[in-house]
Amino acid sequence: MDALGSRREETLAPSTTEAGRPASKTLAGMARPHRTLWQDAFRRLIANRLALAGGIVILLIALMAIFAPVIAPYPYDKPNYSAISQFPSRDFPMGTDLTGRDMLSRMIYGAQVSMLVGLGAQVIVFLIGVPIGAIAGYAAGKTDTILMRFVDVMYAFPQLLFVILIMAALGRGLQNIFIAIGITGWVTIARLTRAEFLSMREKDYIQAARAVGAGPWRLITRHMLPNALTPIVVALTFGVPEAIFTEASLSFIGVGINPPRPSWGQMVGEYFPYLQSYWYLALFPAIAIAVVMMSFTFFGNGLRDALDPRMQQK
Amino acid sequence: MSQYILRRLFWLVPTMLAISLVTFIVMHATPGSPLQPDAPNANPLPPAAQQNLARKWGLDKPLHVQYLTFLKNALRGDFGSSYVHKTSTVMEILKRTFPVSLHLGTMALLLAIFIGIPLGVLAAVDQNGPIDYVCSFIATLGVAVPNFVLAIFLIVVFVLGLGVIPRTGGWTSPVDWILPTIALGLGPLGILARYTRSSMVEVMRQDYMRTAQAKGLSQRAVILGHAVKNGLLPPLTILGPMFAAVGTGSFFVETLFRVPGMGRFFVDSMIARDYPLIMAIILLYGIFLAIMNLVVDILYSVVDPRIRLA
Repeated sequence: MDALGSRREETLAPSTTEAGRPASKTLAGMARPHRTLWQDAFRRLIANRLALAGGIVILLIALMAIFAPVIAPYPYDKPNYSAISQFPSRDFPMGTDLTGRDMLSRMIYGAQVSMLVGLGAQVIVFLIGVPIGAIAGYAAGKTDTILMRFVDVMYAFPQLLFVILIMAALGRGLQNIFIAIGITGWVTIARLTRAEFLSMREKDYIQAARAVGAGPWRLITRHMLPNALTPIVVALTFGVPEAIFTEASLSFIGVGINPPRPSWGQMVGEYFPYLQSYWYLALFPAIAIAVVMMSFTFFGNGLRDALDPRMQQK
Repeated sequence: MSQYILRRLFWLVPTMLAISLVTFIVMHATPGSPLQPDAPNANPLPPAAQQNLARKWGLDKPLHVQYLTFLKNALRGDFGSSYVHKTSTVMEILKRTFPVSLHLGTMALLLAIFIGIPLGVLAAVDQNGPIDYVCSFIATLGVAVPNFVLAIFLIVVFVLGLGVIPRTGGWTSPVDWILPTIALGLGPLGILARYTRSSMVEVMRQDYMRTAQAKGLSQRAVILGHAVKNGLLPPLTILGPMFAAVGTGSFFVETLFRVPGMGRFFVDSMIARDYPLIMAIILLYGIFLAIMNLVVDILYSVVDPRIRLA
């Protein structure tokens, strides 16, 4: 009983202290400075060194992608036949490829694709997965059963094979990669959102909101979604490296990005046959993929631990 | 027990039917056709030639007739001939390539088991210590870094840099087995290590662990005799799907190291719309997965007498 009371106190705390009744004002003065959930999470995230390093690397790669036209020393698609397959040197810090294109410039532009796909695909995944999961979880019953059976069928089919099938049908291109990842990737988020919503349906504060007369739209957007947001954000963070991996694999196979636009996966796929003679051509993009994947994974781990301290790495 | 196994084997039939049906529907529902050349700018085949091909492959019949024909032939072990590799039947192709993939996959899985599980146990014993950090680093590396990236690193370091391994690929002598095994095995190794660690941490909080320590057993006896026995049960469950995944070959590892396995057909047949080959490999994967799950369930009841199969 007591524990129950105090917990409710906690959830109400921010609004009552700001109401500024004299009694609570002195209480608030004695308590530690007020911090929101996100501020708390941010502090914990910064304290995690691996997550911080991951975050910084991600930021640097993002900046590199944004300012690619400014920092790239050469155009990424113009062959230079007087400097074919050169070893890294002062003029070409990462060497040149078989048609004399500067590798450094291609690497810098490659960051654009990884970042765009990694983050952009999550937007699509969010836009498809959350509404479907929300409807299933909110409506429950028959709607839920039908939607979830559909999700199960999608889940059973190996994702990479499905994506390849779609790409083979749609043709290469950045836009189609978004579509392919979006169509296949929303399933996890939908499941997660549904589970969160189902467990929330019977909670007191939802019942209270309903009793006050909140409609389904208001209930979902103002009460349920904000409470389900932390696990969704964590899942989306882990979805980023997954999408980057999918794009790299597709481009490696040759059904991903449209050349001459460079992508790290496409570069590994294009240059690995020449590994014996020009090892640096495939090595640099391979390192880039490894670094970006590790960074997002460490950042995701840190974010999960920071947002939900009870869920500390098992 | 034998009754249980028989029943499980019987259930394979409807499962395989469902898998083949879903694959068949997805395959035909996504746009694209095997009658078109797969090069992006190739000239389309003349309509007459397309009609001839469709007749030859039976693609001009209604879909349900096509599916029933497939079923009838498949039951006799005849999956037809590949649209792309025209000189051999699907069965011949799989007979040639599947054993290679299975061999590579088995070695990769053994590597994952014999390094991943001890690593996970050590990490759990040394919680938040240096071994734990090494374990979590390797686990993240294995899970996060794609195996084709790993393969490039391995080739550059061990073949081109140190020269320990003489060739970049092939499948003629045991030397060729080393790098593909590592490239394929590190992912499962990371997953196993992580899984083992978390299950061991869970077990070490149990009361009987404290009892074992209280009665004066050495740390070694407590870990090996009490914790490991119980902590290894959950990782056992994921070995089934894991073996099915690595045992049917990886497109990337097999391409990079020029291993003549079946992994490349997962990608090639999808792109070329090689319907007979797609159906065969998906079914092979499905059967493999189902049997592995059955084996794991049986093992589970053998290892843990509390679990009774019914």
